[in-house]
Amino acid sequence: MKSDDSDKPGKPGKPARQLTPATLTRRAFIKGAGAAAAAVASLGAVASTDAAGEEAAANSDGVIERLGPGAQTFELNINAKMVQVTVEPRVTLLGVLRDQLGLTGTKLVCDRGACGACTVHLDGRPVTSCMVLASRARGHQITTIEGLGTPGRMHPVQSAFVANDALQCGFCTPGMVMSVAAELNRNPSASLDDIKHAVAGNICRCGTYPHVFKAALQAAGFNPPGKPPEGTA
Amino acid sequence: MARQVTLKLGFADEVRDVTVVLPDGEPIPWQWGEQFSVLRKETPRVDGPLKATGSARYSYDIQMPGMLYGAILRSPYAHAMVRSVDLSEARRQNGVIAALRVEDNEVRFAGQEVAAVAALSPEVATQALRQIKVEYTPLPFVVDMDNAMAAGAPKVFGSRPNFGEPHVSGVGDAARGFREAAAVHEALYTTPVQTHVSLETHGAVASWNDDELTVWCSTQGVFTVRDDLAVLFELPPDKVRVITEYLGGGFGSKFGAGAEVVIAARLARLAGVPVKLMLPRGAEHVATGNRPCSSQRVKLGTGADGKLTAIELTSHGSGGIGGGAGTSGPYRAVYPCANVRIEERDVYLNAGPSSPMRAPGWVQGMFALELAVDELAHKLKLDRLEFRRRNNINPVRAAEFDLGAQRFGWAEKSAAAVVKSSGGRSGHLRRGIAVASCAWHSLGGSGPEAIAVARRDGRFEVRVGTQDIGTGTRTVLAMVAAEELGMPLSAVTAQIGDTRFPFSVPSGGSSTSPSDSPAIRQAAAHLKQKLFRIGAPMLGAEPDDLEARDGTIRVRFEPARAVAMAEVCRRIPGDSISAEGERVPNYQGFRNDQAGCQFAEVEVDIETGVVRVLKVVAVHDAGLIIDPLTARSQVNGGVIMGVGFALFEDRRLDPQTGLMVNPTMDDYKLPGPLDTPDIDVTFVEVANGVTNTGVIGLGEAAHVCSTAVIACAVSDAIGVPMRDLPITPDRVLAALGKV
Repeated sequence: MKSDDSDKPGKPGKPARQLTPATLTRRAFIKGAGAAAAAVASLGAVASTDAAGEEAAANSDGVIERLGPGAQTFELNINAKMVQVTVEPRVTLLGVLRDQLGLTGTKLVCDRGACGACTVHLDGRPVTSCMVLASRARGHQITTIEGLGTPGRMHPVQSAFVANDALQCGFCTPGMVMSVAAELNRNPSASLDDIKHAVAGNICRCGTYPHVFKAALQAAGFNPPGKPPEGTA
Repeated sequence: MARQVTLKLGFADEVRDVTVVLPDGEPIPWQWGEQFSVLRKETPRVDGPLKATGSARYSYDIQMPGMLYGAILRSPYAHAMVRSVDLSEARRQNGVIAALRVEDNEVRFAGQEVAAVAALSPEVATQALRQIKVEYTPLPFVVDMDNAMAAGAPKVFGSRPNFGEPHVSGVGDAARGFREAAAVHEALYTTPVQTHVSLETHGAVASWNDDELTVWCSTQGVFTVRDDLAVLFELPPDKVRVITEYLGGGFGSKFGAGAEVVIAARLARLAGVPVKLMLPRGAEHVATGNRPCSSQRVKLGTGADGKLTAIELTSHGSGGIGGGAGTSGPYRAVYPCANVRIEERDVYLNAGPSSPMRAPGWVQGMFALELAVDELAHKLKLDRLEFRRRNNINPVRAAEFDLGAQRFGWAEKSAAAVVKSSGGRSGHLRRGIAVASCAWHSLGGSGPEAIAVARRDGRFEVRVGTQDIGTGTRTVLAMVAAEELGMPLSAVTAQIGDTRFPFSVPSGGSSTSPSDSPAIRQAAAHLKQKLFRIGAPMLGAEPDDLEARDGTIRVRFEPARAVAMAEVCRRIPGDSISAEGERVPNYQGFRNDQAGCQFAEVEVDIETGVVRVLKVVAVHDAGLIIDPLTARSQVNGGVIMGVGFALFEDRRLDPQTGLMVNPTMDDYKLPGPLDTPDIDVTFVEVANGVTNTGVIGLGEAAHVCSTAVIACAVSDAIGVPMRDLPITPDRVLAALGKV
């Protein structure tokens, strides 16, 4: 098998200007890239992307920053551990989690932020990791489904999903669990309506939503301080 | 020795004696009034913790050292000759290890496979596709049925016509039936193409070891894929191993080795390392199957007594370059009628091939039939439920109508004044209700074999080469074995999803549980006999006098004379003992069909045209319900998929280019959490004795009439029959004359 590590454009470790992510989405990146292209065009240069693509985005100060075109090495805070990754700028957070770090609980389904299957927490907020570039996740606390609980030590939301059979084929389940967990973190006494809206962006083709609602409501019973846990007997 | 036994079979309203002949080694089928210790209890699925924590390994999750990522180049033309494919530039790309062309010189739909690459990362693979140079000669194409059937239409398959002679079938004399009818209704009903949208796309990880091929495949049929690959690669079947530990949905689209699986195996062989090839979402929509569209002219006649005198269906539909667009199933099976005439035909289009989809043909047929029935009942000024009761001869469905009507409040809600006024509080909301009959026939069949193993440490395993499409197969098979062995579920593990295990059939037609559970039970029963032989001397009894209950082996009628099963297992001479079981052919049983019915209430905003499904009451029978918890999940899912087909889903092809215009999960509209009605699920248990477990499949029964009942309820709400799916807001407004 041929290896091309030696002749990849842009060696790992090539210095990149530090980004202070103002926004974290691929959409924002595309907007930013438009701005970058406009800036380049105004200087009379020819805008081009090479083999590995190139990321350029405006930071919060409006400064255009560039990464790439080759791979960069940086650290990400994933499930409370700093891990070093080497990725091209075009690689999404989802791609890094799955293909580099082997954290395959998070699923790629729609690849455009439309189904919620790739939901992870970024500083506690649910985000679709297919829409977040890996480089933009630097400096944030990333929690994946693996960081929430394990089969032997499940998070209350995970236990409630199992007890209520809030899963069928199970492919949407990690994303669904992450959406519910984020909602219950910020809104421990979530109502049915709150929960429906929290998972409104999570698509389940098996149609298992009614049991998701039940599970989430049961898990909500675990969270409120001073309130005895429900459904734990 | 074959034995003749008389079984008590039936359901609450009707239990009768049925005599069956049991082949040698077959346990006596479970009967009416059976006392179970594990079965029929709401049981969380055993692999739930793995799924809820992201630990369940799907084919898509398989990672192997040195593994490459495959990607497929697809035709941008709906119909073209492929004159040349130049892979040289792609091969020169950094990180590209292998490339191949698909040996088809003619592409017949936009999205057909042309070439493929394997590379070090998914990003590199996708990018390398752009470096493949293909010369096409575009040909005329056709992507809609009217044009395909017109004179001089472009031909999808060379000189063959785009549609053949209709397939005609039926009973009696429909023309006479209509002459004798007191009322006749006739109308045209249409349904669009629906795509499966399994969340895990089609694909596989393929790995060669010398001349042995191992494939982790996202499939509903590990043995089907094995056999396909063995033929294609000219290997003996035992040199191909197919594994599906977990499956992210299939819905009928994942039976054989699709092009992407074959390409993954070819790339892996070329590259000499494993290749993962999972399709991107767009390809999943266009190339991996769909539910064919339909255009159904339905004509029904009834006597003055409201009984159907004639049913006529004249339909055509298209599964693109595939067939299987027939919709006649329900017209033959739901309502008894002496005169039925069916005329149906497939139309070919330059569009991706169809594949079976959850109750293939029946969902489309049931929609048109049930709405036509409502329209006829309206003509007769007959209550729609009453019409169905008069045309029903299935005692189970009769009971289900009663139960459903009560739970739904049919009588109260059908008082028109109540219905119309309760929804009219702000003047622009209209409520409607409906009922639809369900029918299905998932009895399963012979074929599967199983192994049951007892280990010296007291653990039990059962193995069968089936796969869990999401219904809870691992759980229900382990429950059946635990019941037979008198053990708690926690002592039994079911191993599935591997062609190294005994043969099983594909998970389709709701046949998994009815096909596999009897083989598992027989294997467990045989294993139990072996354990009795070990336990008998410990109890000073004969093996024939023993039973397995509550984790013990004990003397029948003398529960005090017992020994713990764990104690018996410790006497196993080696590490384990095992026994085999097979699925024997179905017995006569109680009934060979399934009934069921669903009731729906919807609310329609007549200003915006938006429909909300408020409530669905689903009453179903599926023989012995092993696990009511996972069974309810299946029914919920069947109803919700019906919401999607009734209101949202529609694969659109651009007539100018032949490209699918909505190959995403935002433009192809799927039912989401906020579209979910309140669903009330009730099971009518039937001891049907058709196998030793009496289990019948449920996945399709739960979905057959869901689209129909919602469409009928919308029609009721606005007083206009909505004969074309999906019932989008623009169609509602058009029906009301507002646009």
